[in-house]
Amino acid sequence: MLVSSKRRRGLVKRGALSLLIAVGLSGCGFDTTQSALNPAGTVAQIQARMITSSFWIMMVVSVVVFSALIVAIIRFRAKPGQKTLPPQTEGNNRIEFLWTVTPAIILALMMIGTINQSFVLGKIYPASQALQVDVTGHQFWWQFQYPSANITTANELHIPVGEKVELILTSADVMHSFWVPRLGGKTDLIPGRTNYMWIEASQPGIYHGQCAEFCGTGHADMRITVDAEPPARYAVWVQSMTHPVSVPPKSSTLAYQGYLDFASAGCESCHTIGGTNFAGAVGPNLTDLSDRLMIAANLIPNTLANREAWIHDPQAVKPGALMPNLHLPSNEVTAIATYLGTLK
Amino acid sequence: MAEHSQPLVHRYEVPSISTQHGRLWSWLTSVDHKQLGRMYLVASFIFFLLGGVEAFLIRIQLAVPNNHFLSAQLYNQVFTMHGITMLFFAVMPLTSGFMNYMVPLMIGARDVAFPRLNALSFWLFLFGGIMLYSSWFLGGAPNAGWWNYVPISGLQFNPGHGIDFYDIGLQITGLGSIIGSINFLVTIINMRAPGMTMMRLPLFVWSTFVTSLLILFALPPLSVTMFLQTFDRLFGAQFFNVAAGGNPLLWTNLFWIFGHPEVYILILPVFGIVSEILPTFARKPIFGYTAMVMATFVIGFLAFTVWVHHMFSLGYGPVVNSIFGITSMLIAIPTGVKVFNWIATLWNGQLRLTTAVLWVLGFLVCFTIGGMSGVMLAVSPADLQYNNSYFVVAHFHYVLIGGSLFGLFAGLYYWFPKITGKMMNETLGKWNFWLMFIGFNVTFFPFHILGLLGMPRRIYTYAPGLGLTFWNQVSTFGVFILTAGLLVFIANLFLSLSKQGAMGVADPWDGRTLEWTIASPPPEYNYEHIPLVRSRDALWAEKMYGNGTMLNAEELDHHAPQGMIHMPARTMLPVLLAFGLFVAGYGFIFSIVWLDVVGLLITFASLLKSMFEVDRGSYIPVQTHPEVSIDG
Repeated sequence: MLVSSKRRRGLVKRGALSLLIAVGLSGCGFDTTQSALNPAGTVAQIQARMITSSFWIMMVVSVVVFSALIVAIIRFRAKPGQKTLPPQTEGNNRIEFLWTVTPAIILALMMIGTINQSFVLGKIYPASQALQVDVTGHQFWWQFQYPSANITTANELHIPVGEKVELILTSADVMHSFWVPRLGGKTDLIPGRTNYMWIEASQPGIYHGQCAEFCGTGHADMRITVDAEPPARYAVWVQSMTHPVSVPPKSSTLAYQGYLDFASAGCESCHTIGGTNFAGAVGPNLTDLSDRLMIAANLIPNTLANREAWIHDPQAVKPGALMPNLHLPSNEVTAIATYLGTLK
Repeated sequence: MAEHSQPLVHRYEVPSISTQHGRLWSWLTSVDHKQLGRMYLVASFIFFLLGGVEAFLIRIQLAVPNNHFLSAQLYNQVFTMHGITMLFFAVMPLTSGFMNYMVPLMIGARDVAFPRLNALSFWLFLFGGIMLYSSWFLGGAPNAGWWNYVPISGLQFNPGHGIDFYDIGLQITGLGSIIGSINFLVTIINMRAPGMTMMRLPLFVWSTFVTSLLILFALPPLSVTMFLQTFDRLFGAQFFNVAAGGNPLLWTNLFWIFGHPEVYILILPVFGIVSEILPTFARKPIFGYTAMVMATFVIGFLAFTVWVHHMFSLGYGPVVNSIFGITSMLIAIPTGVKVFNWIATLWNGQLRLTTAVLWVLGFLVCFTIGGMSGVMLAVSPADLQYNNSYFVVAHFHYVLIGGSLFGLFAGLYYWFPKITGKMMNETLGKWNFWLMFIGFNVTFFPFHILGLLGMPRRIYTYAPGLGLTFWNQVSTFGVFILTAGLLVFIANLFLSLSKQGAMGVADPWDGRTLEWTIASPPPEYNYEHIPLVRSRDALWAEKMYGNGTMLNAEELDHHAPQGMIHMPARTMLPVLLAFGLFVAGYGFIFSIVWLDVVGLLITFASLLKSMFEVDRGSYIPVQTHPEVSIDG
């Protein structure tokens, strides 16, 4: 905003962060895996810069105000035995004018930055300039669709590093908000309305985020993982999503049993798995599930035991989850969980 | 209008002579602004404690990651009720309590313009609060946050009755606030003592005036949107149902058109309190009185122009977000003027560091920090990171606790002697202040950091490994200090109240305004003789240039017998009217038609009775003078 050189930006950022740390007890671990002050993308970078520069402007103002206050409290105290009254000043037009106009000038500077960056961040990139991803919020999980590659997936957003990604946001039920602090601020997902936001990861990595608009019982557990990959690896992911390996060979007995149980237990009425004829559209698409790091909207790691626990009793894992507890016998649970682990 | 201005016509309609009543009866039938003010203060303090218990539960739940002390379902009810309680049933009625008690005294009046409406406001507030709290025992409290956004609060996603309690309970309370605002506007315009021109009004009265304007224009949008939702939920209307062409953004906009002015409704009265206390204890007039009045009006006006800054992430685009970012920043200018004027009031003064002053200084520090984070929030592109995060939670707790509540504590320590006739203990008061000031900052400063670390608000738990655990623990630790401070306050309150006998001092602080010219506590009629106001800071001017007492402005009341003062009569009607709505409310919530009928019958019967009743008021004997000493 007001700070131009890159070096100074870095210094300012580190300064703000260390100041915040110094306020509390220093020396403790400072994890910034979901921090807006640890940007890993263009948008978050712009915002972190605005946060720190406005923070420092406010610090300067604070120093002025608090110095005046402290001086006033220390110097102008009642002293014992004081008989005379203090001067009964009722005001001073010149000085009052000064402290009306000075803040106005400071604010005007901040307004310029605000307007500028609003238009940078508010830009909507068409398909020719950015990868388009349709994001749909559900209680309490995320659906990601890539119209250009005809991919539908859930909860784990894959994006290529260094490329602009336009997220086209809507909701299937209540309001949600997409927030991955290291990549950018949030935008709401609203039923009956389409919103846009763009992000651009500047370095590969796994970025965490979560729903930021209260959406019900599972709100706290509606988390996001963004996997920003170098373009070559991203292309591999697209390849595996569009050519799924989904029907286990009959030789792997347990997985094949799980494949059969998935249909007979009724899972297919809600879930789609690419490469099979399971085409339910209520719950998350499970294609390529073995590649996902986490399950239950990024709540627990994607292990066999966790998948079993989830299928066995979803509400115990995630209060408010809308996936019904089908009360499946444990051998069916194990078979289905095993089968899901084979989805590539 | 005030009944005491009516002439006496028939002999058999002469006003009754006021008699002593039992305590419960006197509460139920009182139309005395001071009695109602005390009732507001007591009731809202109880609600404040309930909201505090909810806050305590929230902090216990968030002390460690993946905690299951509260279930997600329960947590959502607890944080929703915490917000509703603190805003509508603690801070707002605490300010009403002071307005009720002080405004008529400060303008030299014997009561408000419409004493019965005043009682009605109180009972509507109280019944609305009781109704909301009864939801805990009747199927669960509201659970969609105090904004109660749709569709999450719609029938489809929230079939329980909690949301109906929100809509109807707040509707009843809100009605009371709207009625109260009209009452105060009329009182301030019409009931000023001779010589009390508008530009001589104490600043607390001015802030009451502007606050009442805000309530008058801001509460109706809330009422409307709650009616729309009530129609949706009870009668199958489709205002907010997306599938039927409804629009959830109708709620968000109407809500925040109310919601932002609401924030100023909570803080402006406190600005007034601060502007009374600082001149008194610095022994100087307020610096820049005219600028202070103007700033209050500008803040009040701008309050209606910034509501979208609560929803920058809603996707209205860069034009709208820029405009509302700019208007939001503009508020910093009049607010800054106030802060600078307060500091300038101290400048060259002779400040006495009483407990009331400590609270004001605590207010200045915390409110300024909250104002700074407020300007940061107005930077709309950056707000996309802050929005709905703990950074926002930090900001509004700084302005609502560090701002409003600290200012209210200041007001309590300042006016306690006037209201009760007893002094609060200053030593305990200082412990009270320092514990709460430190506890507050330890609790809420980490919220700024938590927000920047990526913690959204309204989550019942969080993951380990995000760096959130440590700061949450610091915050929970702070709550214990804060609670200790609050316990000291309660102890101080009861100790001071149990002191035997009134101190009998009208003016313990060397005050400047009219309320310090009469006995503590004041007699029911406030002023035996309506005072003549000759200057701003009326009492101070008499101390400086007169003989230290107010001149008498009142023409003789030809109708009043010797030694009697004509005052409005006690009545049961306001409480009955409010009670009828309370009963009907349950009828609507649970779709019980006969209960609706009974409740509405009670309400309309009381309404008709008040309309056609010939009320001649009552006579109150003038108290034998306690020796009123001005110097304390």
